[in-house]
Amino acid sequence: MLEIGLSHYLTVAAILFALGIFGIFLNRKNVIVILMSVELMLLAVNINLVAFSVELNDLVGQIFALLVLTVAAAEVAIGLAILVVYFRNRGSIAVEDINLMKG
Amino acid sequence: MIEAIAFYLFAFVAVAAGAMVISARNPVHSVLFLILAFFNSAGLFVLLGAEFLAMILVIVYVGAVAVLFLFVVMMLDINFTEMRQGFLRYLPIGGLIGLILLVELLVILGGWQLAPEATTAGAAPVPAGLPNTHALGELIYTHYVYLFQAAGIILLIAMIGAIVLTHRQREGVRRQRVGDQVRRRASDTVELKKVQPGKGI
Repeated sequence: MLEIGLSHYLTVAAILFALGIFGIFLNRKNVIVILMSVELMLLAVNINLVAFSVELNDLVGQIFALLVLTVAAAEVAIGLAILVVYFRNRGSIAVEDINLMKG
Repeated sequence: MIEAIAFYLFAFVAVAAGAMVISARNPVHSVLFLILAFFNSAGLFVLLGAEFLAMILVIVYVGAVAVLFLFVVMMLDINFTEMRQGFLRYLPIGGLIGLILLVELLVILGGWQLAPEATTAGAAPVPAGLPNTHALGELIYTHYVYLFQAAGIILLIAMIGAIVLTHRQREGVRRQRVGDQVRRRASDTVELKKVQPGKGI
């Protein structure tokens, strides 16, 4: 218990990832909270990458985590921009109302 | 001992904050709990010895992404209590799926071990005696410079996309037109009149 190893970090990351999935299902109406859940999942992935990078003595994992961070930031910026435009046009961000394209 | 205490503190707070992110009634509270989760994950990164990523996490996520979330949540006028409807309806299926995934991940975690040669076959072994930031920099600017540039291009495209999406030209707004101001000549606007004494124009 007192010796902190790789599996401890992987467990935390697994719990955070499951929380992200859970949040997507729980807040099916609120796009903002869904985006935040996606952020939680990406954070869990980053914890995994960094933990393995340190365990395997290989810095490439941290570089990959850096790139994941970049893409996550870009994704949030675009997602929130789309959200703002959508709200401006429709006056709502409920997921059920997003059916303009009849998909 | 200290490391274990710090790990359990950071891990517990991060997981609790993550749980609050998805269950808070007010999205503003969700964002604040997200910030807390990111701070504690940064603490975990520091414990692992990845200081540069920890600081990047704090700067990028807390400084930019979370503030962006806060702006959007506060800017949009949304009835959030209405959005909470269906929360309990989705609780069983969401909980089931989340639980199945968690159990699967933990099962994998339980019966799993590293290949013995994995620790020596790394593409970029951590150089001894260099700080984390220094070592990362030596790697990013040499072997992975193309990836670094690609990340920059992704950020640039995201910035352009966000601006293009949200920018709008509104009608009926008085704004300064510098070209017109510069092009204006005295001969176009000023007219000299000869005024006779004792008479008006």
